[in-house]
Amino acid sequence: MLSSESLQRIENFKKSYPHPQAVVLPVLWIAQEQYGYISQDTMKEVATLLNLPFGHILGVVTFYTMYQTKPIGRNHIEVCTNVSCMIRGSQKIVRHLEGKLGIKMGETSSDGAWTLSEVECMGACGGAPMCAVGEEYYENLTPEGVDRMIEDFAKRRVGA
Amino acid sequence: MDPVILPLIQKLHTIDVYEANGGYKAFKKALSMTPEVVTDEVKKSNLRGRGGACFPTGLKWTFMPKKTDKPKYLCVNGDESEPGTFKDRQIFEFNPHLLLEGTLIACYAMGITTAFIYIRGEYGKWIRMMQKALDDARARGYVGKNILGSGFGTEVIIHKGAGAYICGEESALMNSLEGERGYPRIKPPFPAQYGLWGCPTTINNVETLSNVPCIINNGWEWYSKIGAPKHPGPILVGVSGHVNHPGVFEMPTGVPMLEIIHKYAGGVPGNKAIKAVIPGGSSTPILRGDQLDGISMDADSMKAAGSAVGTAGLIVMDEDTDLVAVLARIAKFYHHESCGQCTPCREGTGWLEKVLNRFVRGEGRSEDIDLMMDVANNIEGNTICALGDAAAWPIQSMIRRFRDEFEKRVPTSVKEEAA
Repeated sequence: MLSSESLQRIENFKKSYPHPQAVVLPVLWIAQEQYGYISQDTMKEVATLLNLPFGHILGVVTFYTMYQTKPIGRNHIEVCTNVSCMIRGSQKIVRHLEGKLGIKMGETSSDGAWTLSEVECMGACGGAPMCAVGEEYYENLTPEGVDRMIEDFAKRRVGA
Repeated sequence: MDPVILPLIQKLHTIDVYEANGGYKAFKKALSMTPEVVTDEVKKSNLRGRGGACFPTGLKWTFMPKKTDKPKYLCVNGDESEPGTFKDRQIFEFNPHLLLEGTLIACYAMGITTAFIYIRGEYGKWIRMMQKALDDARARGYVGKNILGSGFGTEVIIHKGAGAYICGEESALMNSLEGERGYPRIKPPFPAQYGLWGCPTTINNVETLSNVPCIINNGWEWYSKIGAPKHPGPILVGVSGHVNHPGVFEMPTGVPMLEIIHKYAGGVPGNKAIKAVIPGGSSTPILRGDQLDGISMDADSMKAAGSAVGTAGLIVMDEDTDLVAVLARIAKFYHHESCGQCTPCREGTGWLEKVLNRFVRGEGRSEDIDLMMDVANNIEGNTICALGDAAAWPIQSMIRRFRDEFEKRVPTSVKEEAA
């Protein structure tokens, strides 16, 4: 069930938009923040809440790449492999990450700590090659830089 | 010329520093003018859209009906997703109030009471920066009802995308805002007649609106004298790929390509020769390194060279670059991002990717080169939106300008079989 806090945020969004259906994307973001991903049950919940057909919500969720329909790791590493990153060595970064984490692109580590994804241009071409972990951008990556980044996250986990 | 979009002022993203440096002065000035005069200033300045199509901004504003009983909307397009493009993010981070000020002036000029700033979902960090700027602007009375006692009021809402290149297409952006899949709409009707929820709507790029305050402050004559006469003003040029100092540089339009690469971006590492340049984001036709002399970053020069300014996101490729692999990667992108509505684009982009991967694997056939050209020609112009064209142009231009790269990749055994 969506928490009372989530429902309150949804109400606030509804008030600010001129049309109720416009809140579909924000509501899905709120649901994903709460559950970590958007299951079919969540889609049904959102559909009921917004008085829209389940098929509409399913169609929207599966259209946009940032909505996750399956559980993902606590840290989601997204590596850009588009042209600017590619010609500055993103494949080397991909191979290094796969080796370091012991998983292939599109997979989640068995301890649930990492999910590795290949993504399209994230708008950081000047810092190619790059990846994002959650909302944080890591630019001008080198294999050593990747190691430091992974260690940082491992430390944060211990601290938390 | 001193930068006006991204000036080097510490903490300019805060409202105090922005105001101390003349911020919101243009908006106040606009409020003392009539909306018609404001629109006229922008029209005469010859500001052209910075989102890719170079459409005259002032003219676009005049398409909005003056008398209507429906609400009018402005969509600020910050979906920036074209590979090679990373300029709008600089505005969100370093000068968010400039964008807000431009947005507010546009709303006043067109009588708009709600503006949506649509920002791609991946820019979560920058969405929060924009939200902070918006909250601060609201607290100072620049946003909301009866702004600064003028009687004019407008709301600004920041909307987070969720990962879809196609939502940078204006009608797909509107569908996305309406809570739909980002499917482009058939035009006509155009957004100024039938946009968001069927109401008159204008869609402007982030950088375009960020040019508006300096036009109001300094007048159209000042602006129209900057850079290339038919495509004037400051422009944010992003340079990536094989250069020593990649980044976003503000410059007047009309700067020679070679100057951008060698002076602004510090030249090519190891002084290697330039094999090719994609001048304005991945969809713009590729240029040969040996044709760059005499080409400059403005609409006319680019058009004459057989390409386009696009988003002014240059990707520089040195002599060792595998252009077949580059084109295969671009084809993969457009296949992934095609929304799937139109058959030529949905199917064609997939086939282009498959055929190009055949070349990457070293299994390309001579006839595949013309086959790709044929597929691209059948996508171009036959789809609802410009994504189809955007997928076709890199293929057509690459084959036209670098056919030998593909011929070289046809294995000898395949060539003998064909003979």
